[in-house]
Amino acid sequence: MFAFILRRAGQSVIAVIGLLVLVFFLSRLTGDPAYLYLPLDSSEAQRQAFSEAHGFNDPLVVQFGRYLVDLARFDFGDALSRNRPAMEVALEAFPQTLKLAAIAIVLSLCLAVVVGSLAAARPGSLFDKLATTASLAGASAPDFWVAIVAILVFSVGLGLLPTSGTGTALHWIMPIFVLTLRPFGLLVQVVRGTMMSALASPYVKTARAKGVNRSRIVFRHALRNSLLPVITVAGDLAASLVNGAVVVETIFGWPGIGKLMIDAIVRRDFALIQATVLVTAIAIFVLNIAIDLVYARLDPRIRFETR
Amino acid sequence: MTGTHLLEVKDLTVDFLSLGGSFRATNGVSFHVDAGETLVILGESGSGKSVSASAIMGLIDTPPGDICAGSVAYRGRDLSSLSEGERRDLNGRKIAMIFQDPLSHLNPVYTIGWQMEEVFSVHGVASGGVARQRAIDILRRVGIPEPEKRIDQYPHQFSGGQRQRIMIGMAIALRPEILIADEPTTALDVSVQAQILELLKKLQAEDGLAIIMITHDLEVAANMADRVIVMKSGRIVEEGEARAVFENPAHTYTRTLINALPHGDHEAPPKRGRPAGKPILEVRNIDKFYTLSSGFFAKPARLHAVKKLSFDVAAGETIGIVGESGSGKSTVARVLLGLNEASGGEALFHGRDILKMDRKELLAFRRKVQMVFQDPYSSMNPRMTVLDIVSEPWRIHKDILEKPRWRDRVTELLGLVGLNPEHAARYPHQFSGGQRQRIAIARALACDPELVVCDEAVSALDVSVQVQVIGLLAELRDRLGLAYIFITHDLPIVRHFADRIIVMKSGEIVEHATTEEIFRSPQHAYTRQLINATPKPKWQTAADAA
Amino acid sequence: MTTSADTPETKVSRFQVLRLISRDWLALAAVIFLLIVVGCAVFGPWLVGDLIDKPNFRARNMAPFDLSQGWTYVLGADTLGRSLLARLVVGAQNTIGIAFCAVLFSVVIGGMLGLIAGYSRGAAGTMIMRGADIVMSFPSLLLALIVLFSLGPSVTNLVLVLAITRVPIYLRTTRAEVLEVRERMFVSAAVALGANHRRILFRHIAPMVLPTLVTIGAIDFATVVLAESSLSFLGLGIQAPEFTWGAMVATGRGYLSTAWWIAFWPGLAILLTTLSLNILSSWWRTYADPQQRWRIELARSKKGIPEKRK
Repeated sequence: MFAFILRRAGQSVIAVIGLLVLVFFLSRLTGDPAYLYLPLDSSEAQRQAFSEAHGFNDPLVVQFGRYLVDLARFDFGDALSRNRPAMEVALEAFPQTLKLAAIAIVLSLCLAVVVGSLAAARPGSLFDKLATTASLAGASAPDFWVAIVAILVFSVGLGLLPTSGTGTALHWIMPIFVLTLRPFGLLVQVVRGTMMSALASPYVKTARAKGVNRSRIVFRHALRNSLLPVITVAGDLAASLVNGAVVVETIFGWPGIGKLMIDAIVRRDFALIQATVLVTAIAIFVLNIAIDLVYARLDPRIRFETR
Repeated sequence: MTGTHLLEVKDLTVDFLSLGGSFRATNGVSFHVDAGETLVILGESGSGKSVSASAIMGLIDTPPGDICAGSVAYRGRDLSSLSEGERRDLNGRKIAMIFQDPLSHLNPVYTIGWQMEEVFSVHGVASGGVARQRAIDILRRVGIPEPEKRIDQYPHQFSGGQRQRIMIGMAIALRPEILIADEPTTALDVSVQAQILELLKKLQAEDGLAIIMITHDLEVAANMADRVIVMKSGRIVEEGEARAVFENPAHTYTRTLINALPHGDHEAPPKRGRPAGKPILEVRNIDKFYTLSSGFFAKPARLHAVKKLSFDVAAGETIGIVGESGSGKSTVARVLLGLNEASGGEALFHGRDILKMDRKELLAFRRKVQMVFQDPYSSMNPRMTVLDIVSEPWRIHKDILEKPRWRDRVTELLGLVGLNPEHAARYPHQFSGGQRQRIAIARALACDPELVVCDEAVSALDVSVQVQVIGLLAELRDRLGLAYIFITHDLPIVRHFADRIIVMKSGEIVEHATTEEIFRSPQHAYTRQLINATPKPKWQTAADAA
Repeated sequence: MTTSADTPETKVSRFQVLRLISRDWLALAAVIFLLIVVGCAVFGPWLVGDLIDKPNFRARNMAPFDLSQGWTYVLGADTLGRSLLARLVVGAQNTIGIAFCAVLFSVVIGGMLGLIAGYSRGAAGTMIMRGADIVMSFPSLLLALIVLFSLGPSVTNLVLVLAITRVPIYLRTTRAEVLEVRERMFVSAAVALGANHRRILFRHIAPMVLPTLVTIGAIDFATVVLAESSLSFLGLGIQAPEFTWGAMVATGRGYLSTAWWIAFWPGLAILLTTLSLNILSSWWRTYADPQQRWRIELARSKKGIPEKRK
């Protein structure tokens, strides 16, 4: 088990380093930050001094080398736009996104397992048709549009919910709803599909021959088997929740890592871009390992192979 | 027998929805079974034999299934009149079932103990420690060693035979009156099959079980049956006392089945002068190791699949290589065809080592040696027509035949293997298993080979078809002077076909002799075991015991 | 049950597929809607192209369902008085076109790389997979944002970026399929016949993988439409004067309290398009699964009793 984590960690470290290299050089392509951070009427000499001070004048390779050396000392540079250490800013925003994402994925997973299982247990029934259509709609809806329509109805129209910011419990409702919708829709599809094939499997036939009743077959025999692929998909979805978080945080003014990254990109805040990318990548890497461990926990065949 | 039978099926007619309408799986099927007796339902694939059993257990989903007519009565009570709960209560308690392929029929994510204890708990018989103790007792009864330890293991940690024992244990846990066994030994090696059949008989004798056994295998049927019904295309074509049916079949279909048996007769095989040609293939000390994938730090385990194997094949000669699963027999075939590399040794084809050939030599070698694979369903590209498949060798070896003559030659080859040449434009899925194997043979013949390697070439086919395909191979051998290496797990099937037989076990040759010697006086205990593993008819063993 | 699904009847003509679809009203509606969208994408600019830039001051912020300015204003108008219906029809071209090109690119690139990664046992395969890991290890939208901001937003870059984020999916699928197909008997049979690598790869393996790729491509189309919309909504996708439905929602976002329809209709168009695609792919999954196909068969005859076939 330990060896397995080590191997996965090795693979992920390579991926993270590759990503950092990519981001480092790509962000340098966006242009000279001096134009953004100094007043419009600043002189060439002032801009030179600014670039000199932040090391933007050195060749890219030298800059990259310096970045790596700093990285090894856990120095992630300063966020130009905030005059604070970049990692500090990123770690401040990260929990905000994490809370949102965790609630959304747990909520969508739980709802999807119940709805998907019930739909699969009685395929072709009215409930199945409703669940299927609703989940397809959830998976198809553009999240930014759902957010806007929600604001239109609940804030502009009914005046029930605040449009942006954090603070009260009411602030959480719309962001979580919007963020939950798509994973929920996709997961219901997956749960229903895997559940149907699990219910058609030979071991369910055995259980029926033993005289096991319907609900026990669905929730004990089939569910655990059908959860295996669901867990994998849920893991992928959890990672892509960050996509949704960018949109949702932008619209609802949520001070999370997605909004921070957009700001950093637009303001050519290289250190901040790199810090946010690093934090996100590490979070996703930890998540992937967690998923693998859960998978091994649920599937004895994997458990014994890795030993 | 008068009065009510323990279980009686009357006029059962079941339809299944399929593309473009519905398909009648069974048509007016009636049979009955009483305590202590074994009824065998015999039929080839698609005969509707399994559907009848599923109907008894209430396992047919409606839709897509539809029980159009007929009834199933247990002790005179019509099962369709029962509520779902009452019906469920009968399953496992009074009527139990075991299946083919126990690995997929056991839930992979729960321990076998969990699954066995469930039988007690869902029927409210016992739970907790009591259920566990009873599960351990049953495991011991069906012959699982160290049941206290193994009860907490998962299905994939047991061997095929053990899994079937576990299935049987689960089925008899509540001492049911009727056990339905649906092809219980089909996926198992012959020696394991014999043990499972013995176990079933022992349990039957102890508990007075009524057994309904579904099988396509005539020997298994003869071994188990008191009475037999023979099914074909959803209908019963013959029924009666086992001995009467087997020794004196009334229906032509039953006769075809029984005549197809290569094993039944004990006459000497027809003499065939041993081809005294020079050896075309000399295999010397072939070794093959497989490296098994393993953990990160663990040393990779090695499997010695083939150990220092040596034999030779003369022109026009047929060698049978016989062994059970894991004997390394298929590995030999793959190594000889250059599909897998050998770990050591040499294989000389006309004096040149196959294992050391360069690309050009290998290409020339592959013209002369062809292969017919086990599964005719997967050995042909499903997106190619028969014409494409048979002519593929000419596309690869461009100098065999010029393109304008391909069509004529394909027609000729299809005729040779007994297929309608007009079907050349069809795709493989439009043919039956036996026909597909004929296409594979036609492809193998396309470049006039000297040697054809057949790897379990008939194992996936129904018995009656097996005999036809072997007949075809024998005929082609005599006409074209082919040499064969015929690899099989079924010793009796090569009796009339092979000149010499090599018996393999765990990667080694245990016996190598002419076919006649092997069957007349097998030297090695394992060979004798293989010959005797073929189940004997029940009436014979009963007579022997008396 | 021993009856296998692999009977000769399983091959059905395209005509039959259409007939089966027409029995399911939801799937039928999806097909019709998609045909309309494709029609708009192809002929839209030619039909109403002159209307999209034409300011009409009498129609400024005109509410929908008002026919006083003619039928083209039935969905209302934006702050400049441009017909929303006309802009939706014309916007379909960019929306569908960009998604189509992106999917096509990713299928071709991912498919080729996947064939190599699955077939070669050398270092090339490992390199390709590590590259895919990098792309997969990071949220696609963020990656696209960074790349787009670096390279500058343009239609070409947008297609490129969307394609890159989807390539790993096709790459992995292709590789997995190749690994499975190359172990099949007919590939061994071809090797035993003496076939060379090119023949095995392109004649035996690729044709088996292609249908899967096309199916995934069709399913993925909806995802790409959504991704493009999100990028355009965030302002890093398509740039004015070009526009897609996503960009239209972004424009309308500022006028939510005064003219909700500017943001509403294009979002609805995206939703209906992706929903139609998802409905069809769900239908197709049922149809392609031999264990489930009877459900579709059942739906085609009234009262659920199919005609008997002997």
